[in-house]
Amino acid sequence: MNFRYLVSGESSITLEIGNQISEKINQKVRMMSIAINKSKIDGIVELIPTYRSIKIDYNPCKIKYKELVDELDDLQRNISDVLIEGSKIIEIPTLYEGPDLEYVSQYNSISVDQVIKIHSSKEYLIYMLGFTPGFPYLGGMSDKISTPRLKKPRAKIASGSVGIAGSQTGIYPMDSPGGWQLIGKTPLILFDDEKKNPFLFEAGNYIKFIPIDKKTFKVIQKKVNNKTFQVKTYLKDDTNG
Amino acid sequence: MGKIKILNKGVLTSIQDLGRRGYQKYGVPICGVMDEYSHKMANVLVSNEIEEATLEVTLFGLKIEFIDKQIISITGGNLQPKINNKLVDMWQTIEVEKGDILTFSGIKSGLRSYIAFSGGLDIEKTMGSKSYYSRADLGTKIENNQILNIKTNLKSKKLKLEKKYIPEFENKIECRVVIGPQDDYFSDKAIDIFFGSEYALENDSDRMGFRLMGEQINHKRTADIISDGLSKGAIQIPGSGQPIIMMSDAQTTGGYTKIGYVIKEDLDKLSQLKPGDKIKFKKITIEAAQKEYIKYVNKYYEIINDLHTNKNITEYKIKVNGKKYQVSVEVIED
Repeated sequence: MNFRYLVSGESSITLEIGNQISEKINQKVRMMSIAINKSKIDGIVELIPTYRSIKIDYNPCKIKYKELVDELDDLQRNISDVLIEGSKIIEIPTLYEGPDLEYVSQYNSISVDQVIKIHSSKEYLIYMLGFTPGFPYLGGMSDKISTPRLKKPRAKIASGSVGIAGSQTGIYPMDSPGGWQLIGKTPLILFDDEKKNPFLFEAGNYIKFIPIDKKTFKVIQKKVNNKTFQVKTYLKDDTNG
Repeated sequence: MGKIKILNKGVLTSIQDLGRRGYQKYGVPICGVMDEYSHKMANVLVSNEIEEATLEVTLFGLKIEFIDKQIISITGGNLQPKINNKLVDMWQTIEVEKGDILTFSGIKSGLRSYIAFSGGLDIEKTMGSKSYYSRADLGTKIENNQILNIKTNLKSKKLKLEKKYIPEFENKIECRVVIGPQDDYFSDKAIDIFFGSEYALENDSDRMGFRLMGEQINHKRTADIISDGLSKGAIQIPGSGQPIIMMSDAQTTGGYTKIGYVIKEDLDKLSQLKPGDKIKFKKITIEAAQKEYIKYVNKYYEIINDLHTNKNITEYKIKVNGKKYQVSVEVIED
């Protein structure tokens, strides 16, 4: 595979791994990110992995563009040696009672129960985080429930809302305006700036939605507020497959 | 420990430092001051670390009451700062007394001023930074009637920046640009147009991005890419062909082609432009840009060194033929 090193100002490089949205390319992004972090190349400040590339912020006082490209090229040649730990699956308990759930079922000519079943049956890869702090870009939603965005975006969508936009699904980590079709809500807190690790998700994790009823929602919400709720996570079996 | 009171928060005032690092992969923008040079100089003049937070003041309206004695400095664009209604000198250490009122009456040059408080602002960091990010309400927001605590340091030395270190804020600037990462989305002709034309800053420009208007830059095929990383200085060219320069509150990823990046040093004067002001772009190679960057970073050390070298300088207020002058006399030989 031919990586491209794209100049992005005097203190960043965009390492372009591919030009498609695919799990395979995204996995290479993860492998390369791990390799770069492990390499401890002096002068690297921060990595921003995306669907298909990694933006590498660096300090030109410590390492020059050409030197960094050489270092990255060395890493790339040995990328097959990188072992990635199993992907983490994070369970998101979800109350499927969103204001647009009915519309999504009508639009796709299936029952509400089928929408819930289809939406909660898959493990969705988090390709990257962006748009607002902690917002996961998920891939792999079934076309059977894809629905266009609202014609008129809502001024405020509550944090924890689960929605659909075209063939994408996602969760709002914080209150924000948006045009997604809202099908449900999770009682989990996705972003808490007072925590040592403020974010529940990381790129490369998978999300699995678990349908819950109103009563369970309230029980979990109470535990979340008391900080006694343990988010359920486990490792995906076929990590490299 | 001291206090100030925000009597009027003005058009746009926010607490900013050099930014929030380490969270871009979670979608958190770096934020931080728009004009880094002015911010750093403000801190240097009150003997703070350059990482300490300052107040970034935009346009006019900010009114602060000092609850107790403080040592401050004001740098950046000249928004005509006044203490108790009297114009006060910028780019130097200022002593303010209990009850003094600081106001900003409006633009003389530039757009943004920076106020540093000796000892620093006594507020908690949010995720490693004191910078306020309005879109996610991260950090401490400035409100009317708010009291801010200051870690007052009254021992800080009286300093004044030499004229050669004070930037002039022009209405027409040239920004040096390193081409990439998506320069291959543009024909040579389009790139020539970009470097050969003059662009004007639009009204709807803010801390997130500066919209420009001028000669249209056309793409070979498409303006859209699969979103990748971006940061301050990135010049996005959307389908309209009109550039948008991403600034301090830039989102971490974006789906428009980026023709190039403005180099760090030139972002400071860019930050001080007003709507209608003009920009021209000039190509610079990555190698030359990195040399400029190192010079830019080292300049602070040079200035700090210069300021703290014990020069035998005395200031006099003198009257010559009835006219008042303020002169600094440096003894170069005993």
